[in-house]
Amino acid sequence: MADKTELQYTAEHEWVLVDGDTALVGITAYAADKLGDVVFVELPAVGSSVAAGTVVGEIESTKSVGELFAPVNGTVVETNDAVVDSPELVNSDPFGAGWLLKVSFTELPTLLSYSEYSALVGE
Amino acid sequence: MTPDTAAHPASDSLPNDASSNTAQASSERFSPLHQAHVDAGASFTDFAGWQMPVRYSSDLAEHHAVRTKAGIFDLSHMAEITVSGPDAGAYLDYALAGKLSTIDLLQAKYSLILNDAGGIIDDIVVYRTNAEDYLVVANAGNRVPAFEALSARAARFDVTVTDQSDDVALIAVQGPVSRAILEATAGLTVDGELAELKYYRALGGTFQDSDVLVARTGYTGEDGFELYIDVPAAAALWDALRAAGEPFGLVPAGLASRDTLRLEAGMPLYGHELSVTGYPAQAGLGRVVNLAKETDFIGRAASEEGPPADAPVLVGLVAAGKRAGRADYPVFRSADAPVAEGVITSGALSPTLGHPIAMAYVAPGLARLGTDVFVDVRGTRIPATVTQLPFYKRQK
Repeated sequence: MADKTELQYTAEHEWVLVDGDTALVGITAYAADKLGDVVFVELPAVGSSVAAGTVVGEIESTKSVGELFAPVNGTVVETNDAVVDSPELVNSDPFGAGWLLKVSFTELPTLLSYSEYSALVGE
Repeated sequence: MTPDTAAHPASDSLPNDASSNTAQASSERFSPLHQAHVDAGASFTDFAGWQMPVRYSSDLAEHHAVRTKAGIFDLSHMAEITVSGPDAGAYLDYALAGKLSTIDLLQAKYSLILNDAGGIIDDIVVYRTNAEDYLVVANAGNRVPAFEALSARAARFDVTVTDQSDDVALIAVQGPVSRAILEATAGLTVDGELAELKYYRALGGTFQDSDVLVARTGYTGEDGFELYIDVPAAAALWDALRAAGEPFGLVPAGLASRDTLRLEAGMPLYGHELSVTGYPAQAGLGRVVNLAKETDFIGRAASEEGPPADAPVLVGLVAAGKRAGRADYPVFRSADAPVAEGVITSGALSPTLGHPIAMAYVAPGLARLGTDVFVDVRGTRIPATVTQLPFYKRQK
């Protein structure tokens, strides 16, 4: 599991772990908890181009549907097959084994820090 | 990630957006068991103005517990209305769609409060608690319209109609080991044998010093009981049931699991499958409207006429895969039909069955069992098949 304080965040309750020119993306524990048990995850195809702020996938729980937004402009270089097969990983380990996709980017937009995101969700 | 609030727009649906748990509406109400839920780590949701547990840990675990062992639900938000007096039976025969004057002492009956146009004001369960006393249990969201309708209809009868909702708590224990849990509950005594209590029958009893009504009823498709008790004793009863249930695998269960359980069991939910503009016959509840009753009742004339021939009818839908059609998603007759001919009222990936299930109102031409239709799941038409309700039936 990544150190939550080292991650960057979006207002759409996603976390971003930047490593060079790639961004590893998942949803936060707060978002996973609000969704309830995740039962279906749809992720973009590897190689597809994504634009920051656009919908690139879906996360469904028994009760609701969440949209997955790309946090950066770039190209999808990897998606988490394990979470497609076992969507419950989003609930059990949202900052680790429940990661969703990896995107290569050229420019990183301004994201939220841990303290800014914590303030957003009131924790 | 943004939870899609459009997936469940109905006012009494279970909420899904991140804001609902933090919004503090000034009108919100709390169950007498609220502190027990907080202590158990519940997440809360607004339901008809009440802050009620939506889940304690996992919707799916709570759902499976009810199917395989047992779950305990707080339903104290529901409305309890008493009807008492020499005319109680005759009055209910006039006020409701069913015939209540002839039910046995401690028998329960599912019924409907109709309006003059034959629309459904509420669906209810009625218990006969004494020769001249009945208990009407209405949906939380319909407390006011149900009580107002029942009060207005009492004018020419010698009855007293009283809204007791604030004084009565309701706890449900549902699942195959429910009876063993009640029998093991310290301080709970019933006036009879739970083993011999039939479905939709009740027994009086006591818990500590309080009267309790124990009914073999529920909303999950499993064996189970609902216990009515005065508010001051409710928290102690909840604790006693949980303590007795622990060795049996009893878990507290929230409204999210209650919704998937009732959907699998094909049970309608007011605000989804039932509404004031819908006829009982459209929802498959024609049998609940007793047209053989000798006396007049509100909604009788309209019910005899029935809905128009082209009125949509409620059906069950099943699909393959994992993407569930949800409330308000449109239903089409083909993959490219331009106009929707139906709409889903409740839908989910069935936790027990593992595939998507839904209830939907469709045009009569699409209602035959086995009809192939398409559900628009956020822009993608997914094939589904009309199937018999319920989706799930327990082994007896």
